[in-house]
Amino acid sequence: MAITYEPIATTTLGSTANNITFNSIPATYTDLIIVVTASVSSGNDTFSMRFNNDTGSNYSFTTLNGNGASATSTIRNARTAIDFDDITSMAAGNLSFFTSDIFSYAGSTYKTVLNTASQDRNGSGSIEKSIGLWSATAAINTIKLFTYASVSMPIGTTATLYGIKAA
Amino acid sequence: MATTSLARSSLKTLTKYDSFLVGNSAYVPPSFESIATIVGTGASGTITFNSIPSTYTHLQIRVLARSTLAGNISTNLSLRFNGDTGSNYVSHRLVGDGTSATANASTAQSNINVIPISAALTAANIMGAAIYDILDYTSTTKNKVIKAIGGDDQNGTGELYIGSGLWLNTAAVTSLTLFTSSFFTTTTTIALYGIRG
Repeated sequence: MAITYEPIATTTLGSTANNITFNSIPATYTDLIIVVTASVSSGNDTFSMRFNNDTGSNYSFTTLNGNGASATSTIRNARTAIDFDDITSMAAGNLSFFTSDIFSYAGSTYKTVLNTASQDRNGSGSIEKSIGLWSATAAINTIKLFTYASVSMPIGTTATLYGIKAA
Repeated sequence: MATTSLARSSLKTLTKYDSFLVGNSAYVPPSFESIATIVGTGASGTITFNSIPSTYTHLQIRVLARSTLAGNISTNLSLRFNGDTGSNYVSHRLVGDGTSATANASTAQSNINVIPISAALTAANIMGAAIYDILDYTSTTKNKVIKAIGGDDQNGTGELYIGSGLWLNTAAVTSLTLFTSSFFTTTTTIALYGIRG
């Protein structure tokens, strides 16, 4: 059986920054998975992703969110990025958890992703699942994870990119 | 001494471990392995994985799919175990359609149908995506349970589904069949993975 699910790269912030970017992603896998533990230094922002530095209005996503009180669903189209969810500063040691499954990232169809944003603040929190679309057929070779309004993420914020290779 | 010829394909998937010498990092066997991948033909609405090895603890199916069904934005993607067409399947799902979140359930079904895929009315190049996890599939004492997430986003409309499913049968799962209305497009890819415990 073919062995798969390999780490491609990990970035841990050694100083505050508002983005983590994976460049020169090899086209040798079938799907990509991103795992992120992150926060913001103060206030809140939206944690987002963008492909190949495309800043056009070529992204859309549909969400399903539970916040401890109710479940809601929203849809966004013609956006300049796919949003995971809001990201909020938390008590020291508490982090938000984001994952992304990016299907057929080197394929010839539009790119579909399944994202999860998990945040628990010991009294409040949310879980958001979403499906996103980048309306472009280009192979993904760069992924930018960033805070939409450029609020800084603290030292220690970590993102890992994995590749899954199908037989 | 006998010699063995290795196929080029096996060399391509080989993982190299540098050394078992004392002082080097311990060898950790891989736990997530690709078993098989099937690509849609444009002429069949059924994809079956047969003779699934029993050497794993769990299975994962990763789906990027679209149906040729005319006149519809989306259609069913159904899952069946060991060719069982009886009314032995149960499912629950949570749905977000961009406007509201709803939940529903089905009992006594002939398959698990919790995640739809894109169909012919969807704009070109848009695919449905889904991930199914099938837990403890070799057990002969437990009914089989799955969880799934998927849907599609069509840049203006979209649906996200979170589902669970139950097969009321304690047999080990040896084959999986996924089927849809009409045919899977040639851009469809369904991959089966094994996860070791």
